[in-house]
Amino acid sequence: MERSIIFAGFGGQGILFAGHVLAQGAMDEGAEVLWIPSYGPEMRGGTASCTVIIGDEPIGSPIVDHPDAAVVFNPPSLAKFGPIVMPGGVLVVNDSLIEAVSGRDDVDEVRVRCTQLAQEAGDDRLINVVALGALVARAPLVRPESIRAALREIVGRKRPEALEIDLRAFDLGLASASQAPSAPAAQAATWSDVGAAR
Amino acid sequence: MIAHPGGSRRVLMKGNEAIAEAAIQAGCDAYFGYPITPQAELLEWMARRMPEEGRAFIQAESELGAINMGLGAAATGARVLVSSSSPGISLMAEGMSYMAGSEVPIVLINVMRGGPGLGSIQPSQSDYFQAVKGHGHGDYRVPVFAPSSIGEAMELIATAFEVAERYRTPVMLLADGILGQAMEPVDLRFRRPERIEAAWALTGADGRPPRVVRSLHLVPEDLEEHNLHLQEKFRAVAEHEVRWAGEQLEDAELVIVAYGTAARVARTAIARARADGLKVGLFRPISLWPFPSALLAALAERVRGMLVVELSAGQMVEDVRLAVEGRVPIAFDGRTGGMVPSPDEVVEALRELDTTGLAARRSRRARRRQPGPVSGPEHTHERTPLAASESGHEALSIFGDDAWMPLWYTSPVPSRRGGKR
Repeated sequence: MERSIIFAGFGGQGILFAGHVLAQGAMDEGAEVLWIPSYGPEMRGGTASCTVIIGDEPIGSPIVDHPDAAVVFNPPSLAKFGPIVMPGGVLVVNDSLIEAVSGRDDVDEVRVRCTQLAQEAGDDRLINVVALGALVARAPLVRPESIRAALREIVGRKRPEALEIDLRAFDLGLASASQAPSAPAAQAATWSDVGAAR
Repeated sequence: MIAHPGGSRRVLMKGNEAIAEAAIQAGCDAYFGYPITPQAELLEWMARRMPEEGRAFIQAESELGAINMGLGAAATGARVLVSSSSPGISLMAEGMSYMAGSEVPIVLINVMRGGPGLGSIQPSQSDYFQAVKGHGHGDYRVPVFAPSSIGEAMELIATAFEVAERYRTPVMLLADGILGQAMEPVDLRFRRPERIEAAWALTGADGRPPRVVRSLHLVPEDLEEHNLHLQEKFRAVAEHEVRWAGEQLEDAELVIVAYGTAARVARTAIARARADGLKVGLFRPISLWPFPSALLAALAERVRGMLVVELSAGQMVEDVRLAVEGRVPIAFDGRTGGMVPSPDEVVEALRELDTTGLAARRSRRARRRQPGPVSGPEHTHERTPLAASESGHEALSIFGDDAWMPLWYTSPVPSRRGGKR
């Protein structure tokens, strides 16, 4: 079983970092992972993205036609990746910057006020970590504790003084999505059906 | 990130950085390069780590500078690495020819991007011809190894140094933008090949007769003799350095032939095709030269068709056709310019091959049944009866039991693989 997640937004929103933390957490749980960044001119202003693939066997194709989950931070990313999420998958939307909705009734669309929650945590730049919390609240990819451990390893190594705020941002995102009303009633498929559809 | 080199901790590492660290741990004495996407992190890693290790790092003024610094350093017997990406490798072609001619061991890495010209910075495999058939001028060959995962790339770096020094030849490691840019868990297990005495190296002629390392031989008789010597060396490489991996070939009726990142796409496509009832296996050349032709030819006796998948307009497919010599239909699926085929696209190509492959077999059988003037050497391409493949184990024996290697191995690459010619 392979699960694929796409993170997308403006360059500078911490897209690659969010994917890195997820990949690290999954690897620490013993999973196989592959993290692939978009690299190139789009990183200077346009849409940046990264793909994380998590599996119980070594990962094959780095190309994902339909991700099981997408985390989108800006309107162009919603337009690009919203439509291709697998039915039954999870779509985390940065509500602070995106007014539009995906219009899909077959995915679990989670709207998160990322900027507000990041501010609450102590650093309004941490929208990526907030969104990561929301993602793992709705898509059981990695245990929250493994993400916390990954944050301790990655952030703790480079900027130990920022670790507490990161952990707070993650927990706020996690809690917000755990409480959020579940997405459209007539959901055609659920997370456990994703993948069976392949 | 590398707190304890030599340990066996599993860490998440970027391809370019993992390859660079593996080269350092393999005993690389000197690195020369010039930045270019998508291999820039390799150079950056070297810029930081080589001085830490007290070794030589130079960011040259150009690719020409880098490769010729490499030539000079390697001529002293040092273990040298040079890396670049496609357009930069073209600039290094002259140096490769000089090093092949003067028999200087060196490892060159190409993290391929889209071409021709400046092309794009996205992953590609469109330098297969360049890597395998040539780079510079003259009658020469260079061993080319193509990893398909970051861990394998780390192991192949050590192998590349080993082969370079064993045969006194440049060796190329052919990767692509995805392998360079992606992160994967890797075991921090490194291998440092033993040094063999370089009785040819330029170390200063104090107390011994001088040595000469050159590619210039003005007397035709001398140059021909030198060429015959090189050819003999290339034959030895072709005999001993064939490397490949297979997966799910035991019962395969169709085979995908792919290397590097394309082989990973193929792996996912095969899983989907098998779920649909198509018996597909993967044949993955690891040494692109020497190409595992004999093994492919043997495999062609047992399958209905082969699909070659590349991130190019079709380059390795020519070597597959040469190896298979018309025994089975060969189809091709590829994308260019930095695009990567999707698994579903490959499954579609498999379905198409399944249909045409069947049709070809039917018509061949029909031809055989027809008595008449056009019979010709019918048995040349007679396929081995499939009885053998009904019990998978017997079918394997045509390659020798030891010729099988899992696709994702972590152990050192055995030095002799198949290569029965």
